[in-house]
Amino acid sequence: MEYVNIFVKSIFVDNMIFAYFLGMCSYLAVSKTVKTGVGLGAAVIFVLGITVPINYLLENYVLKEGALVWLGEEFATVDLSFLSFIMFIAVIASMVQLVEMAVEKFAPALYGALGIFLPLIAVNCSILGGSLFMQERQYANIAEATVFGLGSGVGWFLAIVAIAAIREKIKYSNVPAPLRGLGITFILTGLMGIAFMSFMGIEL
Amino acid sequence: MSNAIHNFLEEKVKPNFDKGGKLEKYYPAYDALETFMFVPGHTTGKTGSHIRDGIDMKRTMIMVVVALLPALLFGIWNTGHQYYLALGEQADFMTKVIYGAIEVLPIVVVSYAAGLGVEFIFAIINKHQVNEGFLVSGMLIPLCLPVEIPLWMVAAATIFAVIIGKEVFGGTGMNILNVALTARAFLFFAYPTWMSGDKVWIGEGTNEAVAYADGSTGATLLAQATEKSSGFVNAAGAQYGDTFWNAFMGFIPGSIGETSTLAILIGAAILLITGIASWKIMLSGVLGAYVMGLIFNAFAVNPFMEVPAHYHLVMGGFAFGIVFMATDPVSAAQTSTGKYVYGFLIGILGIMIRVFNPAYPEGIMLAILFMNVMAPLIDHYVIQANIKRRKKRTLAVA
Repeated sequence: MEYVNIFVKSIFVDNMIFAYFLGMCSYLAVSKTVKTGVGLGAAVIFVLGITVPINYLLENYVLKEGALVWLGEEFATVDLSFLSFIMFIAVIASMVQLVEMAVEKFAPALYGALGIFLPLIAVNCSILGGSLFMQERQYANIAEATVFGLGSGVGWFLAIVAIAAIREKIKYSNVPAPLRGLGITFILTGLMGIAFMSFMGIEL
Repeated sequence: MSNAIHNFLEEKVKPNFDKGGKLEKYYPAYDALETFMFVPGHTTGKTGSHIRDGIDMKRTMIMVVVALLPALLFGIWNTGHQYYLALGEQADFMTKVIYGAIEVLPIVVVSYAAGLGVEFIFAIINKHQVNEGFLVSGMLIPLCLPVEIPLWMVAAATIFAVIIGKEVFGGTGMNILNVALTARAFLFFAYPTWMSGDKVWIGEGTNEAVAYADGSTGATLLAQATEKSSGFVNAAGAQYGDTFWNAFMGFIPGSIGETSTLAILIGAAILLITGIASWKIMLSGVLGAYVMGLIFNAFAVNPFMEVPAHYHLVMGGFAFGIVFMATDPVSAAQTSTGKYVYGFLIGILGIMIRVFNPAYPEGIMLAILFMNVMAPLIDHYVIQANIKRRKKRTLAVA
C-alpha cells in the first residue's frame, strides 16, 4: 500500500510539472505533437526510473554522513554530501547518454524528432529534481525510491502528452495573435495546474 | 406583435449599426440582441446543396438554459426553505420563494452582467459576433455556488473564467475547460472559506451566525459524511429524515442548483429529448460513479467508504455536474468512443476524490475539470485507433 501511495502521489499530487514546474523547457518545446511528446515522456520515465535508485544507493552508501561506515569504523564521521550535486549530475548525464544511444539505434525517426532535447534531458530540472527530492524526503529503501522515480516520470509523461493533445486541438482555435505559441501554452499549463490541484491532499 | 418589433428593428434601428451607420462599431452588440430574439435571416446560397437548420447555436444554448430553469426555481425555493428551517420558524411557500429570490437573483444578475460585459468588449475589439456560449455559463455559475457568496467574488470569478478560460483561446467553442467550472474552481482555490464548510450554504442575510433552533447544522451531506466518524446514514438521517429521498428531492443544504436531483433530472430529460447533451456521457458517468461506489463499499475501511453507492448519485454536485457540466459539447471528448471513456472516468474520479480527499468533499467538479484536460488526449487515441483499424481493413482487402 505504501508503494501505491508513493506512486499515485508522485504522479498526481506532487506532479513534476503542475506542482513544482520542473522540466518546463522541454515540456514547452517538445509538446507540439503527441507523438514526440510520448517519445520524450517515455525517455524521462526511463531516466528517472534508473537515476533515482542509483542516486539513492550513492546517497546512502557514499555521500551521506556516516554512509561510508561499511569501509571501516574510522569513516563514520565522513560527510560527503557536499558532493551530491555533482555526483547526481554525473550519473544522470551518463544515463542520458545511454538512452540517447538506444533511441538512435532502435527508433531513428523519434531520434530525429526529439533533436537536441534528448541530450538536454541531462539538464532537465525534473531529472535532477527527482534525485534531490529523493534525498530530501529520505525514502526508507531502494524500492520506494524506484517507485518514486517511476511515478514522477509517469506524472511528467502524463503532463506532456495531455498538453500535446490540447495543443494539437487548439491549432484550429482563433487565439489572439500575441498569445499564439508559447503564451497560450503557459496559460494552458496554469489552467491544467488548477485541474491537477484536485488531487492535492489525497492520502491512500 | 413580434413581427412588428422585427420590422421596426430592421427598418429603424438596424441601419444605424450597418456599415456606414453612426453606430457601426457596436454592430456586434446589436446583432447579439437581435438574434437573441429572432432566428437570423441567413439562408444558404443558391448554388449550395446544404440545408440550414433552424436550430443554431443560440437556440441550442437557450434550450440548455430552459433545462436549467427547474434547478434554478427549486434552488430559489430551497434557499428560503433552508433559511427558515435554520431559524426554526414556520413559513409558507411564497415567503420562502421571496426570500430565496432576494438571495439568489442578484447572483444570477451579477454573473450575467459581468460575463456578458466581457463578451461585448471582446466582440467589439475582435469585430466578431457576440458568442452565445455565455448564456449557459452565466446560468451555470450561480447554480454551482453557495448562496452566501459575496457578489464581487461572483463577478471576479466570472470575469476570470471568461477571459482566461475562454476568450484567450478564441472565444466560444475553443475553450479547453468548462467556463463555469473554471469560475467555480477559481473561487474554490482563491477563497476556500467561502466555498466550503458549514457556514456558507444557508443564506443568512448577514454572515452573523444564526442560532440554529432545531439543532440542524448547515453542513452539506458530503461534509457530514467526511466529518462524522460514526455511520453516515445515522448521522445525517437523524436530522433529515429519510436521507436518500430528501437528497433526491433536494431538501438539503448545498450549492444553489445542485441539491435537487429531481429538478436536474427534468433538465436532463429536456436535454436528451432535444438531443443537445450526449446521453453517452451521462450514462457512462453514472455507471462509473456507481461502480466506484460499489468498489468502495466492498473495501469499506472508513465511514465514507460505507456510504451506499446509490447515495453518491444524489449527494452533492454529482447529478448537476454530470448532466450540465460534463456534457458541455465543447470541453467534453468529441469522439463517440471517447465520450464513454470520458464519462466513465469522470464518475470514477469524482467519487474517488470525494472519498479520498477530505479537503475537497465536492470532488465531481474537480474530476470534470481534470477530464476536460484529458479529453483531447482521449480523442487523439480514439482517432489513432480508428486510423489503425481502417488501415488494417484496407490492407486486408488489398
